[in-house]
Amino acid sequence: MLLAVLSGFLFACIAPVVHGARPLAKSYYGAGWVLAMLPAVLFLWFASHLRSVGLNGEVILNSWTWIPSLGISLSFRLDGLSLLFALLISGIGFFIIAYAGRYLEGHKDQARLYVLLLSFMASMLGLVLSDNLISLFVFWELTSITSYLLVGFSHEDKPSRLSARQGLFVTMGGGLALLAGFVMLGMAGGSYELSELLSQRELLHDHALYAPMLILIVIGAFSKSAQFPFHFWLPNAMAAPTPVSAYLHSATMVKAGVYLLARLNPGLGGTELWTMILGLVGAFTMFIGVFLAVRSTGIKKVLAYSTVMALGTLTMLIGIGTPTAITAAMAFLLAHSLYKGALFLVAGIIGHSTGSKDFMHTGGFRSAMPVTALFAGVAALSLGGIIPLFGFVAKELMLEAVLDAPLFSAVLSTLAVASAILGVTVAAIVGIRPWYGRLAETKVTPHEAPPAMLAGPVVLASLSLVLGLSAPLVQQWLLGSAITAVHGAPVEKNLSLWHGFNLPLLISAVSLVAGLLLFAVWRGFRRATRFTDLLAKVGPEQWYERAMVAITHVSAWQTRMLQTGYLRYYLMIVLGSMVALVLSQMWTYRDSINLLIDVSDLRFYEVVVAGVLGAAVLMAAITSSRLSAVAALGAIGFTVALLYLLFSAPDLSITQVLVETLTVILLVLVLFRLPGFIKLSPTHLRLRDAGLAVIVGATMTLLLLSVNGTQYFDSISSYFIAESAPSAYGRNIVNVILVDFRTLDTLGEIFVLALAATGVLAMIRFRAEDKDL
Amino acid sequence: MGTLMAFLVGGLYAAAIYMIMRRSIVKLVIGLVLLSNAANLLIFTSAGMTREAPPLIPLGALQPDGVVADPLAQALILTAIVIGFGVLAFAVVLIHRAYEVVKADDMDQMKDTDT
Repeated sequence: MLLAVLSGFLFACIAPVVHGARPLAKSYYGAGWVLAMLPAVLFLWFASHLRSVGLNGEVILNSWTWIPSLGISLSFRLDGLSLLFALLISGIGFFIIAYAGRYLEGHKDQARLYVLLLSFMASMLGLVLSDNLISLFVFWELTSITSYLLVGFSHEDKPSRLSARQGLFVTMGGGLALLAGFVMLGMAGGSYELSELLSQRELLHDHALYAPMLILIVIGAFSKSAQFPFHFWLPNAMAAPTPVSAYLHSATMVKAGVYLLARLNPGLGGTELWTMILGLVGAFTMFIGVFLAVRSTGIKKVLAYSTVMALGTLTMLIGIGTPTAITAAMAFLLAHSLYKGALFLVAGIIGHSTGSKDFMHTGGFRSAMPVTALFAGVAALSLGGIIPLFGFVAKELMLEAVLDAPLFSAVLSTLAVASAILGVTVAAIVGIRPWYGRLAETKVTPHEAPPAMLAGPVVLASLSLVLGLSAPLVQQWLLGSAITAVHGAPVEKNLSLWHGFNLPLLISAVSLVAGLLLFAVWRGFRRATRFTDLLAKVGPEQWYERAMVAITHVSAWQTRMLQTGYLRYYLMIVLGSMVALVLSQMWTYRDSINLLIDVSDLRFYEVVVAGVLGAAVLMAAITSSRLSAVAALGAIGFTVALLYLLFSAPDLSITQVLVETLTVILLVLVLFRLPGFIKLSPTHLRLRDAGLAVIVGATMTLLLLSVNGTQYFDSISSYFIAESAPSAYGRNIVNVILVDFRTLDTLGEIFVLALAATGVLAMIRFRAEDKDL
Repeated sequence: MGTLMAFLVGGLYAAAIYMIMRRSIVKLVIGLVLLSNAANLLIFTSAGMTREAPPLIPLGALQPDGVVADPLAQALILTAIVIGFGVLAFAVVLIHRAYEVVKADDMDQMKDTDT
């Protein structure tokens, strides 16, 4: 299974080569077909598990260690739910990549599109197959990143870049919440493995962190799956090329949030909080989505908003959580991926073959594009939920689930019926508007699309019909095990095309008539609901815009505050933080620290040396003469050398004497080319600086006193002392350490000196004003 | 002696910080010299002050006689002294050049890159 996930990344690496290969480049869209073979093979591989996983309900687990110390492993799980998603991802991926080969034929960045699409496919497969929360999260973020790059594919356009950034900010922001939620989930359940977590339903429900972790995870899922109030990024993401929209923003990636909720349902679901958040937000998103879809006229906008509706429906159904609702959710998921994928590809064909991107500029294309029109019609029937398409099966179940919902049934039913009516209108808009009526004037003469572009819509739309007619088989082979995985236990609910005359069927019939009537007065409906545009002015997209402006302001403000350009303010911050940290740590461990104050062993000459040193330090700090400052520095240097000598460090003493001599010479040579000391700061500033300096000095004194009085562990020096002569054949242990034990340090030191010398030489020899440089 | 050293090191740090925070660039350099001495003595003191026992091994022996001063701290300080000198030399030449360009011994006039 690792290979199934990683092969996408491997193929992404060779995609540019395949794309650029000469024989393929000549036969125009050849590369698309070649690269599409990978998803095709993956699809067949996953399909080969239909019997074991789908029919017999087995669960295949595979695990590779990744970061064992943190309990993170690369473990994969293939159960019914993963299998359903994996089949959708690889199956639709095949058509998308083949389609992209023709759709962007001759585009200069086509190779990049292949790379990104394949990487995305691999990330998405990783997401739905992961059994470990952390690796799931990594794949989750990878899909966000590839989505960002794909939305911003036309990066020369500013709107495209802005949309890409918006999608990234919203999904990544949600991703942060998700990570926090995952960590809480891992803490609560004691494992990051999904297979262990999901069996601990009671433990998780009763845990103190249940509500916070649920809310955080839900925020992550909602941002990815474009639930209100995050729904606005999805229509904007339509800036991506159409195959990308079809793949990421309708069939697969936006369903990641739904997948996560479905996956966690056995562990986290079933509480009132879960039903309330998911049910109500999902229902509201469903209604807003379909309402805005009817309000829009851009082909991809309409489809995008109807995707928002579908995602809302799925979230709502998972929230309701009854066996009927879960069955409806899985059926709806499959139905939606099939018809929406097909319709997006049709939208691309309309754009490609006629140049129209708005329903207002379409009409009468049926005669020029009969095949596209036919299969668009089939897909639209499924979208409208009309018998005998698979969409009908899903919609009937959805209505049944909503009517029987244990909580909020009235609210959910009202929104569901309203959405069903508007859904029929959307279906009519995409299924009728472009194909019938007066022939619209277009930039390009309408013509039928090539086979590579037709393959997707034809197969996906036909599947909607075939699966609708064979609904019980679909349940037996595919959906049954997915429903079991989501519900946590087998479900006695049979999928069938005909449920008899019941309330859902009546609602369907009424909504069909109402929806078609609404389509007849589409223009009038849009005019009548124009007032809702005012709501958009205070809607979530505005919150996003304001948040972005606010972030910029905060950033500018903190830059002004922190990056003043004055050394002393940087120093104040750095030193202040250091003092605060050191003192707070010492306070925390005050019980185990001894301040050693012991002056009993002092000898007379030591006190004299120390006195000279102290006096020289004071002198250096307060003198107003450069010469006395340099002299004081010399005195400090030589007394320090004396201290080294007195306390058993002859090597240090020798070095210090040499270096100090050179320092004094250097300072005398250079400082006297500079102006004399002048007092630049007023007295109160000098006092402020002196105050800070004394605080830092006192902290260091305190630190050193506690170091002297506290010994936590033995010095590692005993090793060097013991090994110096036997192993390194040296009797001066300090030298042995420098040139033998820690010789790389010394090499680094030499390197630093060489760099400093080069810098000094450069500054002395070369002048910027020299013309001959 | 450790106690006395603790106060000396504190004094050195205080003087160094005070000098580094001055606007005069020459004082900044003096502060740098003080700071590197302070840091060296900090390490030296924290390794323990041992009298008359340099970390040397007598001729013919494999181990030193009795307890010796911590050689590791000395090795670190030795490196630090030399590098400190390299940094000082670089800084001194740098401010000399800066002074030639800016014509002022005032940090506040050097906060832009446009001079």
